[in-house]
Amino acid sequence: MATTFPPTTVTIRPVAEVQQPSRTTLVFRYFRRNKSLLIGLIILFILIAFTVVGQLVINPDNAYPLSVRSKQPPSAQYPFGTDFFGRDLLAAMVLGLWQTALIGVLAGGIGTFVGVVLGFISAYFGGLLDAGIKGICQILTPIPAFLIQVVLAGSLDKRDVTVYTMAFVVVLLAWMGPTLVIRSQVLTMKERQFVSVAKLSGMGDLGIIFREILPNLLPFIVAAFVTQVFVAQIAALYLAVLGLGPLREPLLGNIIWAAQTQSAFFNGWWWWPLEPALAMVLILGSLALIIMGLDEFANPRVRRSE
Amino acid sequence: MSITFVIRRLIFLVFVIWAAATITFFIPRLSTRNPVRQRLAELATKGGFSSTDLEAMVKSYNTKFGLDKPLVEQYFDYVGSLARGDLGVSLYKYPRTVLELIGDAVPWTLALLLVTTILSFIIGNLLGAVAAWPRSPGWLRTFATPFVLLQGMPPVLMGFLLLFFVAFRLRLAPLGNAYSSGIIPDWSSLEFLLDVFSHMVLPALSLILGTVGGWVLSMRGMGVTTQGEDYVTYAEHKGLGGTTIFRDYYLRNAMLPQVTGLALALTAVVTSGVVVEQIFGLPGIGQTLSLAIANNDFLVIYGIVLFITIAVATLMVGVELMYPLLDPRVRHA
Repeated sequence: MATTFPPTTVTIRPVAEVQQPSRTTLVFRYFRRNKSLLIGLIILFILIAFTVVGQLVINPDNAYPLSVRSKQPPSAQYPFGTDFFGRDLLAAMVLGLWQTALIGVLAGGIGTFVGVVLGFISAYFGGLLDAGIKGICQILTPIPAFLIQVVLAGSLDKRDVTVYTMAFVVVLLAWMGPTLVIRSQVLTMKERQFVSVAKLSGMGDLGIIFREILPNLLPFIVAAFVTQVFVAQIAALYLAVLGLGPLREPLLGNIIWAAQTQSAFFNGWWWWPLEPALAMVLILGSLALIIMGLDEFANPRVRRSE
Repeated sequence: MSITFVIRRLIFLVFVIWAAATITFFIPRLSTRNPVRQRLAELATKGGFSSTDLEAMVKSYNTKFGLDKPLVEQYFDYVGSLARGDLGVSLYKYPRTVLELIGDAVPWTLALLLVTTILSFIIGNLLGAVAAWPRSPGWLRTFATPFVLLQGMPPVLMGFLLLFFVAFRLRLAPLGNAYSSGIIPDWSSLEFLLDVFSHMVLPALSLILGTVGGWVLSMRGMGVTTQGEDYVTYAEHKGLGGTTIFRDYYLRNAMLPQVTGLALALTAVVTSGVVVEQIFGLPGIGQTLSLAIANNDFLVIYGIVLFITIAVATLMVGVELMYPLLDPRVRHA
């Protein structure tokens, strides 16, 4: 039986244009989901604002000894108080936060850079080179890096110790972590199809590294960088707390060390060690939150566990 | 576990110790500082020594350390004396040996770190396991969350905050030192023991609170993957009780990678232990180290660094060798 279908009139309505949310909305939405990244960035921003705005306002000379009346508790004139050596702690904190951040970013940046270069060389070219780099990393990892840093910083002439040598001391033993992380990532990425396609289409090694693999590794590199800054920050703090920092500078760890050598808590000058300790808590806390957030961003597998 | 595996790990251990010894040997020799001369000049300016004493000391140091020999020869002498377990003599507390100074300090450090590491490991893993277990009560799961946030705070800063709030503000604990200044150190008297204990509470708390967050976080992650495993589902279908599944099927398996994590965390544990001791003024390795730093007592610094490296590396390899006893799958592989 033949049935004739009634002619259907399909009116093709112009599809209402799909509203692609703007970039800012997308970023905003992502941050609402990834709260630890958001909170970490906000704290970091406040800290940066504090030290940048602060440096426009304060007199940097007051961050050094014998510039103001000593041992004053926080007051209207000295909102953060002053210490035993006659430093205005507000000025010291503004400058110290900046220097502490500088050490972290320098050491973290150099460590990550070295790690990325070595990790790439190791994983991409393989063979003896890979065995050598991996072996050195594995042998150095069980050695407590902090203690070698202590030896290194202790061997320096006290006058030679500056913020930059501090960063250098920290970075000398802080490149193994990123090297191993980047190496393992490159190893998996090397086997992906897009790399094979690039290779078959005649792309050179450098082209594949810079145009194919590196862009895909960017989230991992950023995460490794923030982790490295965090590690460097802790190493610099520990060195300074033991009195191995640039003693003249108002580095946060140095302020803690100075307060500790003068028994600040015993003498009731509680604001002196407390302020740099709280500032360090904020720095490290914000970095830890950013690391947790980036982990989720770079590694969606973590998302499943929530 | 094959015998070649054990041998390979032991060779690795020797390599690590050799690397640490070499680094600690060459760094100070490359610097412009001469610790012996510096120390002796310091003593001479203070005028506490007669010149004959000084000459005797210079001579004894020169022969003892062979500082006039070429660097390569010095290096082999150094490695040789290390192999015999000789770490040298303290410059500051002459004629005490480095090993003696370490021996005085180690019991304090060992007791503190052993207790806090074990407690932190157990508490962190239990909290993390409970937080990831779907059938645990809601309040327990929320209880574990703030501990994850502690992860960003190193024990040293935790120590400072505890010092301020607990010891300075609330006056619930002493502000530092290992025992009160008025008391006679006597390990057989109960009063002294209690006094030491009250001084140890804050350092221990700061180490525990400063490290527990990492265990909670990693255990929660492990827990989530483990509870999805087929053997856990199978155990549920067999009708086993909740406690049995939790303890024997879920916790035991989820904790295996954590043991490896413990080995990897040892360097961080020792590092923060050293600095926390310094903050609280405990007479452990940390204080010996910072005293040595303050007095340019280089041989003590290098001795301590080597001692800790050897201890940590040995423990790490030890955990690795013990692992097959915990995990039958590795044993049979």
